[in-house]
Order: sequence, then C-alpha cells, then structure tokens
Amino acid sequence: MDFKLTEEQQALKEEFQDFFSEEMRNAPPEYGRGGAEGVYATEEGFQFHKYMAKKLGERGWLSRPWPREYGGVEAPLMEQLIFNEVVAYHRAPGLDSFGIGMFAPTLLVGANEEQKQRLLPPLARGEAFYCQGWSEPDAGSDLASLTTTAVKDGDHYVINGQKTWTTGAHRADHMFLLARTDPDSTRSRGLSMFNLKMDYPGIEVSPILYMDNKHLYNDVFFNDVRVPEYDRIGPENEGWNLTRATMNFERSGAGVFTAAKRTLQEIIDYVKTTKRDGKFLSENPVVRQKIAKLFIDTEVGQTLAYRITWLQQQGGLIFAASAASESKVFGTELSQRMANYATEIMGLYGQLEESQWAPMEGSMVTLYQFCTGMNIWAGSNEIQRNLIAWVGLNLPRFK
Amino acid sequence: MNLDFSKEQDMIRKSVAEFMAKECPFEQVKELEESDVGYSPELWKKMAELGWIQIHFPEEYGGFGDPFMDLMIIIEELGKAAFPSPFFPTVIQCGLTILEGGSEEQKKELLPKIANGQLIMALAQYEEEASYLPSGINMPAQLTADHYLLHGTKMFVTDANIADMLIVAAKTHDAGITLFLVDAKDPGITCTKMPTIGMDNTCEVIFKDVRIPKENVIGEPGKGWEILERMSQKAIVAKCAEMLGGCKVAIEMTADYAKKRVQYGKPIGGFQAIQHYMANMQLAYDTSVNYLYKVAWMVDEGMDISWAAPALKAQVNEAYKFITERGIQIHGGVGTTREFNIGLFYRRAKSAEYVLGDTDYHYEQVAQSLGM
Repeated sequence: MDFKLTEEQQALKEEFQDFFSEEMRNAPPEYGRGGAEGVYATEEGFQFHKYMAKKLGERGWLSRPWPREYGGVEAPLMEQLIFNEVVAYHRAPGLDSFGIGMFAPTLLVGANEEQKQRLLPPLARGEAFYCQGWSEPDAGSDLASLTTTAVKDGDHYVINGQKTWTTGAHRADHMFLLARTDPDSTRSRGLSMFNLKMDYPGIEVSPILYMDNKHLYNDVFFNDVRVPEYDRIGPENEGWNLTRATMNFERSGAGVFTAAKRTLQEIIDYVKTTKRDGKFLSENPVVRQKIAKLFIDTEVGQTLAYRITWLQQQGGLIFAASAASESKVFGTELSQRMANYATEIMGLYGQLEESQWAPMEGSMVTLYQFCTGMNIWAGSNEIQRNLIAWVGLNLPRFK
Repeated sequence: MNLDFSKEQDMIRKSVAEFMAKECPFEQVKELEESDVGYSPELWKKMAELGWIQIHFPEEYGGFGDPFMDLMIIIEELGKAAFPSPFFPTVIQCGLTILEGGSEEQKKELLPKIANGQLIMALAQYEEEASYLPSGINMPAQLTADHYLLHGTKMFVTDANIADMLIVAAKTHDAGITLFLVDAKDPGITCTKMPTIGMDNTCEVIFKDVRIPKENVIGEPGKGWEILERMSQKAIVAKCAEMLGGCKVAIEMTADYAKKRVQYGKPIGGFQAIQHYMANMQLAYDTSVNYLYKVAWMVDEGMDISWAAPALKAQVNEAYKFITERGIQIHGGVGTTREFNIGLFYRRAKSAEYVLGDTDYHYEQVAQSLGM
C-alpha cells in the first residue's frame, strides 16, 4: 500500500491550486462561501459561476475526464479526485454540477453522435448551464413513479406535468428532463430523457424559497412544451437506464471532506482567538473535544474517499457503489455535525447571519440550515442506507 | 499511489485466517477465557513456528523484517478470531519497547526469545489512580549502590500472571520515569488476576522491595516516558487492527443472522430499520479500517503519527462499541447470551477501549496536536 501522490499528480495539484487561488480573488461578496447558495441565490453569484466556467473551459478542465474525441484527456479517476478536492478547498464555482456532473456523462454513455457533437462542446467551453428535471411532487426518492408525460406529435414531443426541487432552474439555460413516453407504463419502464431549452414556450418557473429565504429551488411547470425529437437522448422508453449512467467519473465525495477540513481550520482559528469568561474558547474541554471529533471525521472521511476512487479505478465497482453511498451519508452528516458544533461553540453569536457581528461571516449558521437539504438531495440518506445494506451487505431488497 | 495489498500480504491474511478457523473456533475462545492462564501455550508455540510472532522484528533479532503493515494484517485476523493470546503485551507492547529503547545487548538477548515463543512479557505502567499520563507513574525505584529497589503496586497489567518477565515503569529520585526489566518470578512480586469484562489476564501486581540490577534499565534512566510514548503510538495502531478485525466479524455474523432470522414471514434483514442499523455499522467500519491502513502505512514510511494514532484510536474505540452494540440489538435476545458469539465482541470492545488510552484521552491528544 502506498498513499503518496505521484510526482505527476502532485504537479497537477499545484497547477490547479495556483489557478484557483488566483481566480477566487475575483469572487464578488454576494458569492459568499460558494456552494449551491453562492451559485444560485444571487445574480452576482451566478455571473461569477459563469465567469469561472468560461475560464475552466478555456483550460479544458471541464472536460478533462472525457474521451479525447470529444475534447477530453481521459483523466484518470485519481486526477479527477485531485481536481475536485482543489475546487472544493477553494469553494470555487464554474463546475456545473448538473451539466458537467450529470448530463455530460449521460451523453457520453447514451447519446447519438450528432447529439454528442452538438451538446458536448458548449458544456466543455463552460457556456451551457443545466438544471435537472427529475423530481416531482409525488416522485422523490421513488423517482420511477414520475408522471410528467411526453407525447409524440410528428417530429416533436409534447411535454405536460410538473417538476420540483429544481435547483437553479431560474438561472439555467437548459434542462435534462425525465418524462413518461409510454402512457401505459408504470415505474421505470416507459421513461425517456430529453434535452431542452428553458426558454421554450410553455415552461413556467416558480420559486421555492429555502428556510433562510434564499432562492435556489423551483417548481417547473410544463404546459404543452414542444421538444424536438432530435433532443431525445437514447432510445424511447429507455431513459431510466440513463439515469444510472456513471461512466468513469469520480464519485467519492472527496471534495466534501477537503472543504470540511478548511472550515474546521477556521473554527480552530476562531476558538484560539476568542475569549469568554477570561479564557480562550480553545481552553474549554468541551470545545476541544468537539473539535477533535470533527477533525477525526474529516480524516477518516477523506481516507474513505480515496479508497472509493482507488477501487473504482481498479474496477471494484460493487464496493465503490456501496461506499459512495457511505461517503454521501457520512459527508453530509459531518457537515451537519460541523454546523451544529460550530454554532454551539459560538454561543449567542452562533445565531447571527452574515453581518458585522457574525463569526466566520455567518457561514456556520447558513450551513446549519443548508445541511438539512444536503441530507435529502441526490438520494436521501435513507435511500443511501438502503443501498449500503442491499449492495454492500447483500440484505434483501424490498420492491 | 497504490491502495491494494500485495499478493504476499493476501497470502499472509489467508493463512492466519485458516489457522484460526481450524485451531481456535469461538467455543475454544470461551474455554480459554474461563481458564486460569487465559491462553493456549500450545497454540502460541505453533504461531511462533509459523513465523507470525516475529514477522516485524528485524532479522538480526530473530525476525523477518517485514513491514508494519504485514503485522497489522496478522493482528486483524487474530482480532477476527477473538484469539486470547499474549500477542499484544508480549510482542507489541514489550517487543516494541525493547526495540525502541533497549540496548543492543537487550535486543539480542530478548527479542529472539520472544520470536520463538519462549518468552512472555507484560508491561506494568498504570497505578491505582489509573492515569494514562506520565503523572500517573509514581512508583519509586530507589537507587542503592549496585541496584534499584522497586516497591509499590501496579494495576491493569495484562498477562502478568503468565509472564516470565515484566517491563516496569517507575520513578527514580533524580532522573524520573525509567523502565526496568524485571524477573516476573521474583519472590517479592505478588500477582493477582482482576476480573474484567474482557475476561483477560488483567492483574494487580504488588512489588515488595524487588531488587533490580542496574543493567536492567531499558535505555537510560529518565528516558522511560519517551520510550513508552514512541512504543504506544505504534501499539495503538496494532490494537486498532485487532479491534477492526472484531468489527468486521461482528458485522458479518450480524448480517448472516439478519438474513436467516424470520419474523412476520420475512428475514428481518429485509426490514429498513435493520438495514439502516447495518448500513451505519458498515459505514463506521469502512471509515475506520481505511484510516487504519493509512496510519499503518505512515508507520512504515517513518512519518509522524503523534496526531494520527490518537485520532485512529478514538475513532476505532467508538466504532467497535457502536458496531457490537447494534449487533446485539439486531440479534435480539439470543445476542445477549454466552452461547452466541456477538456478546464476545461486545465485551472485547469495551475492554479494548481502555488499552493505551480511552476515547476522551485521545480526543484531548488530538486537540493538543491541532495546536489548541
């Protein structure tokens, strides 16, 4: 066993780090500490996201994992992990989690050649921004029960229905949509995937405000929205399989732990410089213990992420799949613990939103609210735990 | 980067696992637990013959000079078997203490004897106050013309009842904490087994004017704590390997049980409440075991583990207790019996928690290492 990065990997890491430390100086105050809130809540934040996407596109960094014929360099998984860690450490935007993170891999697996030639280059250049049209009011964890319909009409499909929890739909210019093309079907059969533009007539986007009043999520209503047939991705009625398209992309969640390490360092700096009752907070045994626990969590989480990526690279996909669920659960719940401990340690100041009085720019009270969403999105932590039990431990699946 | 074990390492793991399955099934583990000596001298000898005791010792001291990682693999497998043996006190605690701090002469004399299974040793560090810190070592070692005189009581000395030789941490008047090699059969020593949840050889050892020749000091007078600290950091990693072996088996036996036990017409493993418990257990294991390998690798690389070893021990302490407790819950009533094996690991988890520092102690170590 050898946990060291190769010299090549180390050099690459430094190249990434140099770029992001330089560019992140251009972040507007509205971008705050990034994440989905930084990118989608304000226009200034989203403009910075677009600016960074373009910069990353110019370097070819958005498409590094892709095959060469589509502009990638087939970056191995460990290099993707290194890149994702650096991005996370710098809290950098530009890497569209939907377009680059989900739709591009889907295209590479399931699109025809014309679609790849047409849709991949704008993604690689950082010019196309996507949202994900999957969840519906009655289809959350049970996604396969979705009811939005797509009915063939000549060389178009006509879409009717409602999507919800659509992060960034108010800012994205594209959506990838899952809809039912076979009206007689139930569950996962009879679904198809579509690429569509958000300015098509009949699409209505309506905000769902988060508990802190920020606008990230949306309802998206479809009233006779016409999508050209050439934008159906993959065969008709076989869209479900595309939702599982992973390709060879890093999915260890490593970035969460790198980001958490940086935040923890800020918490440590805070407790070492803040006094209460004549003593530094860092002298309080309860505070020390909380911080030690968080540190251990970031250490073991990061090591698990490396293991996942390594196994994925070696073809150990079953463990990697189950362990990726573990990493999602652990990473999101760590963020929750961190936000809770930090706001506890801060005492009365823990309640302050960003303002001249707020420690750590109010970021911990923001995380305290935002982390609840993280436990639910991208497969709720309950579904992830089912997957660990089914795939990792071979316990009986329920239907 | 390469996060796989080598073929040779896989072979070592396999042969230890096969040996344990054949030679020491859980029924025998329970018998050994109930015996006075608490281990099987016959199996200990066989293990020495197979070369597992001495694998990490340098060749010049009767070992094979294998990496620390190989030793972890062996210990993980011993942990899976809940194998009662002098491995940890003799080979890890005392062996590494001699290796880290002993004179060339001491190494040449003692390590080959440990290696071939002849010499069993125990470390006498803690006292009545039960502190893990240097301030917990107060037993005086009084220097006379040509020897030291030890007088006092040591507690929680594992394997003192079967040991041929002890390493005793005591305080000299001028130099401070010093380690001594002491003949365990000295007539001034009284050893009494203390009943523990681990059903192991934890003893109280009383020293009454025990004479120790000057040359029996390990390293130099006053260097005792330094040596113990260096040994302990590595020994923590080894103990965690044993504990994680236990975690692994506890998860496996619980998953097997959940697949077989039928209630409401279904295996209980199909119920989400059980699945989520098991997912949490698996998560606790995977986060811990990969960290174990990372820290073991750091040992082999000669890197500083003064912060990572405490982090690992705190993590594994909590994971082992959590996994075995949930394991019993999933087993239901039978999990609480002597007959079923999950309880064996539940007890071991509590017992191992105290070895080389409990969780709170290690949280504090981590906090200090973070500059707080």
